[in-house]
Amino acid sequence: MAVDKSTVAHIAKLACIRIPEAQQEALAGELNSILGWVEQLGELDTQGIAPMTSVVEMRLPKRVDAVTDGDCRDKVIANAPESAHGFFSVPKVVE
Amino acid sequence: MSLVQGKTGEWEVVIGLEVHAQVIAESKLFSGAATAFGAEPNTQVSLVDAAMPGMLPVLNEKSIEQAVKTGLGLNAQINLTSVFERKNYFYPDLPQGYQISQYLQPIVGEGVVTLDLPDGAVKEVGIERLHLEQDAGKSLHDQHPTATYIDLNRSGVTLMEIVSKPDMRSAEEVGAYLEKLRSILRYLGTCSGNMEEGSMRCDVNVSVRHPGEDLGTRTETKNVNSIRFAKQAIEHEAKRQIALIEDGGKVTQETRLFDPDRGVTRAMRSKEEAHDYRYFPDPDLLPVVLDPDWVAELKRGLPELPDAKKARFTADFGLSAYDAGVLVAEQETAAYFETVVAGGGGRDAKQAANWVTGALFGALNRGGMEIGAAPIDADKLGGLLDLLEAGTISGRIAKDVFDAMWESGKDAATVVEEKGLKQISDSGAIEAIVDHAIADNPGQVEQFKSGNDKVLGWFVGQIMKASQGKANPGMVNQLLRKKLT
Amino acid sequence: MARLNELTIAVARDGLAKGDFSAKELTEASVAAMESVRPLNAFITETPERALDMAQASDARRAKGDVGVLEGIPLAIKDLFCTEGVLTTAGSHILDGFIPPYESSVTANLWRAGAAMLGKTNMDEFAMGSSNTTSYYGNVENPWRRQGENRPLVPGGSSGGSAAAVAARCAPGATGTDTGGSIRQPASFTGLVGLKPTYGRCSRWGIVAFASSLDQAGPLTRTVRDSAIMLRAMAGHDPKDSTSVDTPVPDYEAALSGDVRGLRIGIPKEYRMEGMPGEIETLWRDGIKWLEAAGAITVDISLPHTKYALPAYYIVAPAEASSNLARYDGVRYGLRVPGATLDEMYEATRGEGFGAEVKRRVMIGTYVLSAGYYDAYYNKARRVRALILRDFTEAFENVDAILTPTAPSAAFAIGERMDDPIAMYLNDIFTVPANLSGLPGISVPAALTGDGLPLGLQVIGRAFDEETMLRVAGVLEDAAGFDAEPAFVAGR
Repeated sequence: MAVDKSTVAHIAKLACIRIPEAQQEALAGELNSILGWVEQLGELDTQGIAPMTSVVEMRLPKRVDAVTDGDCRDKVIANAPESAHGFFSVPKVVE
Repeated sequence: MSLVQGKTGEWEVVIGLEVHAQVIAESKLFSGAATAFGAEPNTQVSLVDAAMPGMLPVLNEKSIEQAVKTGLGLNAQINLTSVFERKNYFYPDLPQGYQISQYLQPIVGEGVVTLDLPDGAVKEVGIERLHLEQDAGKSLHDQHPTATYIDLNRSGVTLMEIVSKPDMRSAEEVGAYLEKLRSILRYLGTCSGNMEEGSMRCDVNVSVRHPGEDLGTRTETKNVNSIRFAKQAIEHEAKRQIALIEDGGKVTQETRLFDPDRGVTRAMRSKEEAHDYRYFPDPDLLPVVLDPDWVAELKRGLPELPDAKKARFTADFGLSAYDAGVLVAEQETAAYFETVVAGGGGRDAKQAANWVTGALFGALNRGGMEIGAAPIDADKLGGLLDLLEAGTISGRIAKDVFDAMWESGKDAATVVEEKGLKQISDSGAIEAIVDHAIADNPGQVEQFKSGNDKVLGWFVGQIMKASQGKANPGMVNQLLRKKLT
Repeated sequence: MARLNELTIAVARDGLAKGDFSAKELTEASVAAMESVRPLNAFITETPERALDMAQASDARRAKGDVGVLEGIPLAIKDLFCTEGVLTTAGSHILDGFIPPYESSVTANLWRAGAAMLGKTNMDEFAMGSSNTTSYYGNVENPWRRQGENRPLVPGGSSGGSAAAVAARCAPGATGTDTGGSIRQPASFTGLVGLKPTYGRCSRWGIVAFASSLDQAGPLTRTVRDSAIMLRAMAGHDPKDSTSVDTPVPDYEAALSGDVRGLRIGIPKEYRMEGMPGEIETLWRDGIKWLEAAGAITVDISLPHTKYALPAYYIVAPAEASSNLARYDGVRYGLRVPGATLDEMYEATRGEGFGAEVKRRVMIGTYVLSAGYYDAYYNKARRVRALILRDFTEAFENVDAILTPTAPSAAFAIGERMDDPIAMYLNDIFTVPANLSGLPGISVPAALTGDGLPLGLQVIGRAFDEETMLRVAGVLEDAAGFDAEPAFVAGR
């Protein structure tokens, strides 16, 4: 495993974070050292162990199907950096 | 197998579908906001749907029930444990930055849909899986020259993604599959199937190959929201791929968009980043665990589905597979038909089928109406059939009576009474008309006597005309023969 | 009597009940104290008017005989809790100007119990940090100083502002959140009690998410009793959080019987880390002695996978965070940095809006979930997590609680350990296992280092057995008799 500059650029793209090129090399180094450190997990034999997601031992609760929420457009868009006519607004997307 | 002729030989088109069906429910998959169609922008959005910081999903029990019902209706395996995962990508109408969906462990596994093809053949299409997921919001690109507007009303609405195996080979099969699937979903009450409102949409995966070869590279066409468009998209895409390969090119695996105005598919202009959705189990939720007894109870409560109903209609009523198929496509039609047949102490099923698929469908089509809104309900149509059966009206008059009933909403007996359309079955009255016709047309009588049997039909026509169609045609025939020979 | 801002919750409660002072007077003292500790940078937003309004409303309720368990007590709230109508930042630039139109379940519970909000406390950005040096709103200073030294020290993190505010006596209690030690480690660094409840005990609804499977809210207070009082008000089932557990909330204060006779206390040998300062070893041994003297039985136990907890945590937490932080995209709230295209807007907003540590973790999380690495990192870490939980499950077959140090060091100076992320991560080495396994943990101030800085001992309990854990903590507290005060106390 070695994260290089181009991996940093790729991951930054996936994460939608601008990392200026000048910082990519340094970040690659940091990520490498963190990844190198977590790789000690490889020492452990985890065969037959199911991956764990939640510590909560219960069934997923469910709600009754009823309209109990929504109809609060003012609250929904109150914090929007840009909105118009009740919509959120973003730079035009070309599909 | 339907093959497409190309310059270099015959091509087989291989099609698989991913259908996104909106689950019928009052509220969203993980929030209590409403799901109704056509609301003002962002008025059916909770803080959860808008992905405000710290908001958490809580599962709608109805979504689970609807998915399981659908799975049962598709003869599919129900997975007693399923897991909601996060599918991570950025898009402005995806507020969380991830879609909650099911990936490795969907709620429904493999199943099968049986298609009734127009030529009477039957074909099975495999279902790969059905999983639940959140719908995204809506991006409006045409409201402003430099901005895209976002409406989150649909954000978080429950969708079932129903993935078929690549078992279809023509646009017709795809049409039949979508119709059948829609029919099953409507029977189950799990999806309205209303493609205009977007409650059923599909992504179409198409590839081509020479028969017997391995599967070719496929494209995925998104944004297909009617059966007609699905057929167009497939036909266009198959032609495009064949032409491309025959000209020495290669099909690229890509996502394409269907342009309904031009009936063509085109590659998406936005740069397709190599998608890496980084699925992982949603830590805000726990696995969905179903109780097998509950699943069994749902199964017991399922309605009779189109295939079973069709089998019963052919077996019990002696209908043709085609007629039965037409009648069961919509639950309301089948129920209408069965009410007609069951009424009046039992009516002739074939006669009933003819009237429903003939006069009734014709009138509905002309009026652009659903069967539930028809001015002639099943009991009224039954009344008409009874008059016909009893010989009170002739078959020819019956059509007129039907039209009058459609116009007025009155029942058959009233229409017949008011318009004086009762069939004349009084032998004296008929004899008088017959005698009159014979007397007026000596030339034709001669022709008959010299062996031209066809003239008999001409006489019948004259007599029916003279009686304004009311003379009992059986009696007319009988009397004519007697008098002419 | 001590000045009002220096009272503990329990003492203030009794004073209010007796009518010695009003909630308004108590809150005024805290508001004044809050102003006087501004150099610590403990608060991002002060809400004195709201505090006084709430206090007056509390006095009115009391007059009618309507008294909640925190009636009239002013509290500081970590700025990770969404508070209706009050700026909520999570310590991040990306939440610029965000005013939630909703109140987190935990804070709503506190207000229902009668408490008043003093303000929103500073914290590591998105709760990612162990020193409160990653906040967009600047570093928080620990009110403690090394003897004979005036170098500012870190208060620990991520709930550093909450810890500093309580330690400096401007609030008798504060909320924190703990994903890998963010309540317990700052408690240890500032001489406070910090309690992370069992996962599922406190609702996560309305708390800005860091790592959903690990985050838990809890109190930071000066005494074990105060933590018991505060937890009772914070906890409870919430149907809006699918991981909130529906089990009754006991009267935790009633559990503080002081009687640990016959309780079996596990001493995990794997927590004896190489290079651990001798003072911490000594303190741990003292803790063992104190519990034995009180009649508890200490048992050597093994938690064999302990050393893998931290690396597993640094896969699981960033993975979840990378997804939880995807919603900060400049579309619906917070910062938007303009861009010609949507992608440019996204990347600029997130590039400028997130600080270095947050970016680092989002990048790590994105990487470990990406195609080709998912099994090697993320699934591996989840399997190791299962092993860590199994260690505890097996240990708790034999013991009633576990005693460990809280942190491998005392507070360090601002600026130290900043260039090596892993050195910073090691702060959480003793606290992370309880998060990975969902167990409750509490840090109790137990001693001073040679240069006069507080150190804490940690008690880990069985799931949903905060009562036994609190009882053990109470005995440690009594035995330690920790009464040292920080260099910087409000108003002195």
